[in-house]
Amino acid sequence: MFSQLIADVVTLWGKYGKIYLNGIKNTLILAITATAIGCLIGFICGILQTIPVSKTDNIFKRLFLGLVRVIIRVYVEVFRGTPMILQAVFIYYGVPYFFGHVFKSIWAVSLIVVSINTGAYMAESVRGGILSIDPGQTEGAKAIGMNHFQTMLYVILPQALRNIMPQIGNNYIINVKDTSVMFIIGFSDFFSIHKMVSGAIYKYFPSALIEMIGYLTLTLVASFLLRWVEKKLAGSDSYELAAGDQLVMAAGTYNSPAKGSPFDEQSKEFGKELYKGVDEGKEDGANE
Amino acid sequence: MSEHILEVRHLSKFFGKNEVLKDIDFNVSQGDVTSIIGASGSGKSTLLRCINLLETPSSGEILFHGKDVTGGGISQSAYRAKVGMVFQSFNLFNNMSVLDNCIIGQQRVLKIPKEEAKETALYFLGKVGMTPYINALPRQISGGQKQRVAIARALSMKPEILLFDEPTSALDPEMVGEVLAVMKTLAEEGMTMLVVTHEMGFARDVSSHVVYMADGVIAEEGDPKEIMVDPKNPRTREFLSRFL
Ligand SMILES: Nc1ncnc2c1ncn2[C@@H]1O[C@H](COP(=O)(O)OP(=O)(O)OP(=O)(O)O)[C@@H](O)[C@H]1O
Ligand SMILES: [Mg+2]
Repeated sequence: MFSQLIADVVTLWGKYGKIYLNGIKNTLILAITATAIGCLIGFICGILQTIPVSKTDNIFKRLFLGLVRVIIRVYVEVFRGTPMILQAVFIYYGVPYFFGHVFKSIWAVSLIVVSINTGAYMAESVRGGILSIDPGQTEGAKAIGMNHFQTMLYVILPQALRNIMPQIGNNYIINVKDTSVMFIIGFSDFFSIHKMVSGAIYKYFPSALIEMIGYLTLTLVASFLLRWVEKKLAGSDSYELAAGDQLVMAAGTYNSPAKGSPFDEQSKEFGKELYKGVDEGKEDGANE
Repeated sequence: MSEHILEVRHLSKFFGKNEVLKDIDFNVSQGDVTSIIGASGSGKSTLLRCINLLETPSSGEILFHGKDVTGGGISQSAYRAKVGMVFQSFNLFNNMSVLDNCIIGQQRVLKIPKEEAKETALYFLGKVGMTPYINALPRQISGGQKQRVAIARALSMKPEILLFDEPTSALDPEMVGEVLAVMKTLAEEGMTMLVVTHEMGFARDVSSHVVYMADGVIAEEGDPKEIMVDPKNPRTREFLSRFL
C-alpha cells in the first residue's frame, strides 16, 4: 500500500517533475513580485494617510489630503471586501469592455490583482505601524529641522518596518497559497499543475502529496527567512565600546550594561572622569 | 532691535477654548541663560514648543534676529535647525547609534558631508563625555547618558540657541548631576540657553535671568539673585517656598 504510494509519487515526479517545478517557479515569481509591489503600494498609502494636517495649512493642501484619504479608504474597503478570485475575473473580462484589449496578458492581470490585494492589506498595517511609533521620535526629528519626508525615511519607517515585518511575512505566505485562485483566468501556478496532471492520469492522492510538500517547503523557507530578517532588524543587543582619545586597546564586543557584563571594567579604564552616573543593571561593586 | 536673538511678542496660545499662554513678552540676547520656572500646567512647555514651532502660536510674533518666524516667511526647517531642543524624554532616534543620532541632522538637514559631520559629532559627544559609547543604541545606555547624547545631538547642529524642557525630570536622582554639569559648562562657554526647570539650584546659580510663569503669564522676571532670594510677587514667593 505504502510502497505503492511511494512508487506512484516517484513515477509522477519522474514524468512531470519539470512541470511541477515550473508551476512552483510561477507561483514563487507571482507571490514574491506581488508581495513586493503590494508592500510598495501599502507604504505609499500608509505614508499619505499619516501626513499631518493642521488647521493652519492652506485650504488646497487640506482638500488634497482629504481627498487622498477618501480614495485610499475606498480602495482598501473594496479590495478587502471582495474575493480575489472574483476581482481577477472582473478585471480580466471587464477591462476590455472599457479599454479594448489591454489586458491580454494573464501574467499582468494576475500580478495586478494580487499586488492590489496585498496593497489593500498592507496599507492598514503600515498606517498602524507608523502610528505605533512614539510621537517623541517625530518631535526629535522636527526639532533638528527634518521635514516630514526626511522624518519618515530616516526615523519613523525604519522603526515601523520592524513592527510591520510579521505582516509582510503573513502576506507573502498568503500569496503563495492564494495565487492558486488565478487558475480561473488560466494562470498556470503550482496548484493548476495538480489539476492538469491528476486530470490526465487519475493519480489524485500522489499528486496532492507532492503539492502539499511543495507548498509547505515554500512557506517554511519563507517563515525561516523572515525570522532571520526580523532578528537582523532588531539590531544587536551588544555594542563595541569605543576607545577614548587615544587607542587604548582594541575594543572587543561587550554586552550592553543592562545584561550585567564585562562592561564595568571598561568604564573603569577610560570612562571614569567622563562618566559619573550609574548604569542600570551594573553590579554593586562598581559604584564605590 | 536685532541685538536680541529672539523676541517673543504678545504670544498667546489656545488649546480649544483653553488659553494656555496669555500675551507673553520677553527677549533673549546672545549668551543669556534664562531659566523658566513655575508650577505644573503654567504653560512652560507650551511656551518652548511654540518657540520652536512644534506648536503653532494662536497669535503674536516670534522674532528670530528680527524676522517673524510664525508667518512662514522663513523656512521652518532652517529655523528649527538653528534652535536646538532637548526634551524631558530625550527623544533619541531609537533606530540609530549614538553617533548616527548626532550625524543625521547635520547630513540631511544642513547637507554637511558625512566625514565632516562625523568629526563634529565626535567633538560634541566628547564634550558631554559620551565618546566611549558612540556605537551603542539608545536603549543600551542609561537615562543620564541618553540626555547627554541628546544635548550633543542638538549641539552638533551648531544652534544659536538651545531650548531645554525639564531635561532632568525623567532622570533618577543620581543621574541629574551629570546632565546639570554638562549644562553648566555650556552656560559658562557662552551658549545661549532657555531652560524650563524645576532645579532651583540651577536657576539660581547658573542662569543669568529667571522667568517665573503662572497660569500662562509671566508673573515675574529678572535677576536670579533678586527673584529667588527676594521675590516681589507673592505668588513667586509662595512657589519658591515649596522648594526650601
Ligand atoms: N496638546 C494639548 N492639548 C490641549 N491642552 C494642552 C496640550 N498641551 C498642553 N495643554 C494644556 O496646557 C496647559 C499648560 O501645559 P504645559 O505642558 O505647557 O505646562 P507646563 O508648565 O510645562 O507643566 P509641567 O511643569 O507639568 O511640565 C495645561 O493645562 C495643559 O493641560
Ligand atoms: Mg512641561
